[in-house]
Amino acid sequence: MEVYLDNSATTRVFPEVAELMTKIMCVDYGNPSSLHRKGIQAERYLRYGMETFARILKVNEKEIYFTSGGTESDNMALTGCALANSRKGNHLITTQVEHPAVLNTMRHLESLGYRVTYLPVDAHGSISLDDLQRAMTANTILVSIMHTNNEIGTLQPIAEAGALVKRMNPYTLFHVDAVQGFGKDRIYPKKMGIDLLSASGHKIHGPKGIGLLYIGDGVKIQPILHGGGQQKNMRSGTDNVPGVAGFAKAAELLYDHYEEDRKRMYQCKSYFMDGVRKIDGIRINGLLPDRSDGTGTAPHIVSVSVRGVRSEVLLHALEEDGIYVSAGSACAARKPQPSATLKAIGIEKELLDSTIRFSFSVYTTKEELDYTLRAMYDKIPMLRKYTRRR
Amino acid sequence: MFTAFLIKYAEIGIKGKNRYLFEDALVHQIKFALKKCEGSFLIHKSQGRIYVESQGEFDYDETVAHLKRVFGISGICPVVYEEDEGFEKLCDRVVRYVAEVYPDRNKTFKVHARRARKDYPKESMEINAQVGEAVLNAYPEMSVDVHEPEILLNIEIREKIYIYSETIPGPGGMPVGTGGKAMLLLSGGIDSPVAGYMIAKRGVKIDAVYFHAPPYTSDRAKQKVVDLARVVSAYAGPVWLHVVNFTDIQLYIYDKCPHEELTVIMRRYMMRIAEQIAKETGCLGLVTGESIGQVASQTMHSLIVTNEVCELPVYRPLIGFDKMEIVEVSGKIGAFETSILPYEDCCTIFVAKHPVTKPNVNVIRRHEHNLDEKIDELVRTALETKELIVVE
Repeated sequence: MEVYLDNSATTRVFPEVAELMTKIMCVDYGNPSSLHRKGIQAERYLRYGMETFARILKVNEKEIYFTSGGTESDNMALTGCALANSRKGNHLITTQVEHPAVLNTMRHLESLGYRVTYLPVDAHGSISLDDLQRAMTANTILVSIMHTNNEIGTLQPIAEAGALVKRMNPYTLFHVDAVQGFGKDRIYPKKMGIDLLSASGHKIHGPKGIGLLYIGDGVKIQPILHGGGQQKNMRSGTDNVPGVAGFAKAAELLYDHYEEDRKRMYQCKSYFMDGVRKIDGIRINGLLPDRSDGTGTAPHIVSVSVRGVRSEVLLHALEEDGIYVSAGSACAARKPQPSATLKAIGIEKELLDSTIRFSFSVYTTKEELDYTLRAMYDKIPMLRKYTRRR
Repeated sequence: MFTAFLIKYAEIGIKGKNRYLFEDALVHQIKFALKKCEGSFLIHKSQGRIYVESQGEFDYDETVAHLKRVFGISGICPVVYEEDEGFEKLCDRVVRYVAEVYPDRNKTFKVHARRARKDYPKESMEINAQVGEAVLNAYPEMSVDVHEPEILLNIEIREKIYIYSETIPGPGGMPVGTGGKAMLLLSGGIDSPVAGYMIAKRGVKIDAVYFHAPPYTSDRAKQKVVDLARVVSAYAGPVWLHVVNFTDIQLYIYDKCPHEELTVIMRRYMMRIAEQIAKETGCLGLVTGESIGQVASQTMHSLIVTNEVCELPVYRPLIGFDKMEIVEVSGKIGAFETSILPYEDCCTIFVAKHPVTKPNVNVIRRHEHNLDEKIDELVRTALETKELIVVE
């Protein structure tokens, strides 16, 4: 049996998406910038993409821009905003638990002379609005907060933060990295005070290599890629037509079944956590104290620390049974340093290297979770027996 | 402008009646190394020399880089070769050669001609004098020094005319395949690929064994070892890599033996298994990257204990090297970047906080008897389930 529980790393592409993309790559392969019929045909798919996302986000289709993925969207939002608004101020605010695409872009901006405040989080991974309020200055040009934490699934108070930012300083822009949240939650930039929003195709059963950046009307940012002037000069480069269409198709399919999928995923999460709790010496990270069923955090992420077992070993042990999970987060797993998020929530040092992330998708079934739990019951005592003795 | 290479070899020149074997092996290795280069080459032996002649287009830098990895080559001389169109043309060509190779000509030189073709109308001494004169006439800033010239212009008169003056150092050593075959214990660290390189340099073909311990070590760690075997194979030719699943043996030792002795007992089983595979595949020795005192299992006391389980000689070419010296070679052969990728290998996963550094052979043998019940079975299974990856 193969059980894929690493959907926060990437997801399986929906068959309808692959089908549509194949057709575009083999038949409607024109370049939308071409003047002939083949180009116009291809342009229709871009239009379809913009319309779809505009509908889902309840924004204007002119506010949708496509990029090569979440990382580029974050870079474009942060760097583009900093460059375009440097006369208004040089202060930016973000959190300690952002994805490296945001954290490292912020560090780069610091090296260019910008000042960055990294908001701390509490033991559940949430920022405090008071901290945000205190951090805001007249010089603050951008606040960037992730929607859903990729390692432990914490949901940040986006709407409240957006309202706060706009109340404090209407000129401060608000960016939201929704790479993990888009497709799992309804996100409406206009109602939440969001000026810039990043999302990615491959996290929602779309293809890799495509992402979007919502840029609210009137928001001033500078392009970071220069070239042929595609996408109203904001993002040059031949339009990734199959990517855009595939991404849009995936989003459409997901939001068509949004309610029931979301309900089922929360059920799965709660069921799985009940099973995990039967194991001694485990800790589930990021849950809200009064919501032990997992609501109030993302429907698809469960972060578990297993005392006395190294996460990489548990990962490979589960792999032997065809179960695929992640140690920490996929981006952090291949680096020796422990994850910023786990450190920021103040997890014991001993558990830093013992944390596994399970992430679900619409394909996840109870049978798969039972199979995974059985494997854990089986293997964890064995793995605890053979450890490096101190 | 260069169209050929004259290959110089040092040690194999003195191998007496076996010499042709060494030369043939060198030609074979050069052919193998150049297979991956752009262009086609004619490689031939002629009167105690090996020539590599390009047949049409080729990439000079790439070709030199590949030749520099062929053991047995002490020097690579880039050669200009041309049809013999008379002595005057020859002088012109040498004058032009000097201009092409030496932009700064404020140098001393000497002409050294050799006639392999004795029917050439001029004798060597005459050629030396007259070509030298032509060069002096063309470049008054140059002067002749017959004792220690800065430029030695070699002219060889064969079917064609060969002109060369520069020597690029080769790696030395002896052609791989002339020295038998050895089994390298390849771990994924910095030392073992270097050890394999050094033994291959003495003309020895290299096979390798890697001990894999899933789920404690990952497939990426295994891929890393394959990549390191590929680095060795760039010098040593195809490497047969045997991957042995060591998990059950390791856990059994963990269960039955004192924890401080885990590593040294584990090493004894690795040596036994490696030797078994070595004997089955016709290897004449084992190779390890051990260096005295580097870690607990590499003290002289530990080496006695791990050494005694083998009949075959164990070659430890790094035995007197410091880590920095090993790192230097590792960087030079292109293994370092891969070696330092942070994947755990099976030697470190259960390592004790204070492993024995001065194990006693008798004590170790006694504790090994704790394993009597199942160990033979486990070793047999490990050997039967080993995986072979041919890396080239």
